[in-house]
Amino acid sequence: MDFELSASEKEFRDEVRAWLKANGPRDADGEGDGAGDMRAFIERRRAWQRKLFDAGYVGLTWPKEYGGQGRSFMDQLIFNDEMILAHTPEPINVIGLGMGGPVVIAHGTDEQKKRYLAPLLSAEEIWCQGFSEPNAGSDLSGLQTRAEDKGDHYLVNGQKVWTTLAHVAKWCMLVARERKETNPRDGLTYLLVDMESPGIEVRPLVQITGDAEFNEIFFKDVKVPKSQILGEPGQGWAVAMTTLLHERGTLGLALATRAQITAAQLAERARKLGRGSDPLVRQKIAQHTIEARALQLNGYRAVTAVKRTGIPGPEGSILKLMWSELNQRMTETAMDVAGPAAQVGDGDGWKYQFLRSRANTIEAGTSEVLRNILAERVLGLPRSR
Amino acid sequence: MDFAFSEEQEMLRRSAREFLAKECPPSVVRRLMDTPDAYDEALWKKIAGLGWTALGIPEEYGGVGTFLDLVVVLEEAGRALLPGPFFSTMGLAVPAIIEAGTEAQKKKVLNAIAEGSARSTLALTEPAGRWDAHAIGLGAHQRSGGWQLDGVKTFVPDAGVADHIVVAARTRGEGEDGITLFLVDHDMKRLEVKPLETLDQTRRWYEIRFDGAQVGADAVMGSADKAWPHLKRALEWATAALCAEMVGGVQKVLETSTEYAKTRHQFGKPIGIYQAVSHKLADMLVLSESGRSATYYAAWTVDADAPDRSLASSMAKAYVSDAYRKVAGDGIQVHGGIGFTWEHDMHLYFKRAKSSEVTLGDATYHRELVAEALDL
Repeated sequence: MDFELSASEKEFRDEVRAWLKANGPRDADGEGDGAGDMRAFIERRRAWQRKLFDAGYVGLTWPKEYGGQGRSFMDQLIFNDEMILAHTPEPINVIGLGMGGPVVIAHGTDEQKKRYLAPLLSAEEIWCQGFSEPNAGSDLSGLQTRAEDKGDHYLVNGQKVWTTLAHVAKWCMLVARERKETNPRDGLTYLLVDMESPGIEVRPLVQITGDAEFNEIFFKDVKVPKSQILGEPGQGWAVAMTTLLHERGTLGLALATRAQITAAQLAERARKLGRGSDPLVRQKIAQHTIEARALQLNGYRAVTAVKRTGIPGPEGSILKLMWSELNQRMTETAMDVAGPAAQVGDGDGWKYQFLRSRANTIEAGTSEVLRNILAERVLGLPRSR
Repeated sequence: MDFAFSEEQEMLRRSAREFLAKECPPSVVRRLMDTPDAYDEALWKKIAGLGWTALGIPEEYGGVGTFLDLVVVLEEAGRALLPGPFFSTMGLAVPAIIEAGTEAQKKKVLNAIAEGSARSTLALTEPAGRWDAHAIGLGAHQRSGGWQLDGVKTFVPDAGVADHIVVAARTRGEGEDGITLFLVDHDMKRLEVKPLETLDQTRRWYEIRFDGAQVGADAVMGSADKAWPHLKRALEWATAALCAEMVGGVQKVLETSTEYAKTRHQFGKPIGIYQAVSHKLADMLVLSESGRSATYYAAWTVDADAPDRSLASSMAKAYVSDAYRKVAGDGIQVHGGIGFTWEHDMHLYFKRAKSSEVTLGDATYHRELVAEALDL
């Protein structure tokens, strides 16, 4: 057991720190969360990722041959921590970097890796994830979007929903049904769909925050060349599971670091509002901070496990489950410490966070599904369905 | 960074688990619960024979291995509910002696502990039950070349079988200034050790009355009046050590409850298929894993003498105190009626959870320390 950084890790940390200090935008420069003009916001984040990419800080753990840096998870962690310290925003392509890239690396052909990974890293092409449907949420195997085999291409018809970034994405990770099988997990095909294809319509969905951060996608006779199948036809379930494992595992680490920021911001807010002397506020914020730290340490243990075994395990579900529920409690406390003022104006940005956090326990696996995963795959309890 | 135990430490864990399964099964725990001190001399000799009482003690005083090695064994001891003075000796007294003891005291007592011929404990709390420097009030006054102790220490674990007792006394002023540690013999005159009736029968507490007890100048640990910084560091070791024991208990409750949920059938199905039960177990898993992470990190900060060792041990104790109580309570719930019987072991863990929670400061106390560290 050792938490000290090695000499080369320290060197990397110092280099990243200096670079971020010289080049990083600040939250205070209108780089906050989603408020204001969405398109302008997205273009700023895209430019930021491009800048990170040019400096060699995107795809740190990806293989060098596909434009990554071939670095360790530890270096990724160091980089995340430095981003937090410098208050710099996330790159735009969160879904591509967290899921799209890893799943192409795991299941893609050499040609696919060459085609998709480089523009994903540079943010030239943004990715979105077409899994959920109006009648297939937690039960993904119930999806109804069809992929009809037409020889050299598939014809896709159906609807996806809750799709973040769909309105600006170039590629959609789509799971569609190629044929009906006794086991609904069989017969699914995983396709990478060009969002500029004819027959695709994206409609924004307004959330409880008032923003339209996600969308519905309608597919009407959309042609998808067979070169864009990921994995084997009819075997899309396995590819989808890899995607979700990465979503909850590696993305979980980003969440763990995000929880640290939120807890620190919350403590700052209590101090600013003069609530720091209230024993109940002190207890609550201390508890949030402790939980955020425990979450981060769970992430570190997961990283060590990945280093030893090679793949993120279902333990990653712990990170996402913990973060989502902690984040809701933290935003509630942030509202509480301000009293009625929390209701007024933008509530120092917390009003948005308070509302947005309600999605945290639904998106990327509901808390109920994650508890099932922990119960069944970690504890080995009998399957409930 | 490498956040896992070494292969050698995992081997130590396996051998500790095997030893305790054989030498300290629930039947032995229950037999010792019925003895006056929950202590078994033969078992202690075997434990010392394995070298466990040398773990974390510097080599020059007969020790072997690191604090992290001790943490591995403590986790297994907590899993098995090992009764007796292992935690009080290795978790409470040893760090106090290492931090504050004179060369002569270290030579004598640490060597004796390491070889298994002495047990020890720390007498810190008084009837107010507080763990901070301000609460130390037991008087010590210079008298004819030595010191005279007057007052009461209470909630002292395993004092009945401790050969040496580290006593925190007030020699002047208030707060962190004017605290002196004394290393006293259990058998000294005008010192009375009285057992208390405890909820957790696997870990006995005592009240110690000093009524004009005389000690020599050589009983002072380090220099008079200046012991608090040493004691504080010893308490960080103690806290991480206790958390390790608690995490072992949490894991055992989780495993027992999970196993029961797989085999117990109601409505024609194993109860673990029902989400009301399985989700409770999933939450217990989250508490267990997070408590483990916080504890291992705290242990590392103590072992490596990292600058955040105080904060890390408070975070761990706050988290694990709540986690163990919750998990042990839910463990009873998952078991239903059988979990509420004397015959089933679940209540032993529930009681140990409570006694550990209120030892070395509960979650509320440590959260306040965290709040202070956050400059709230």
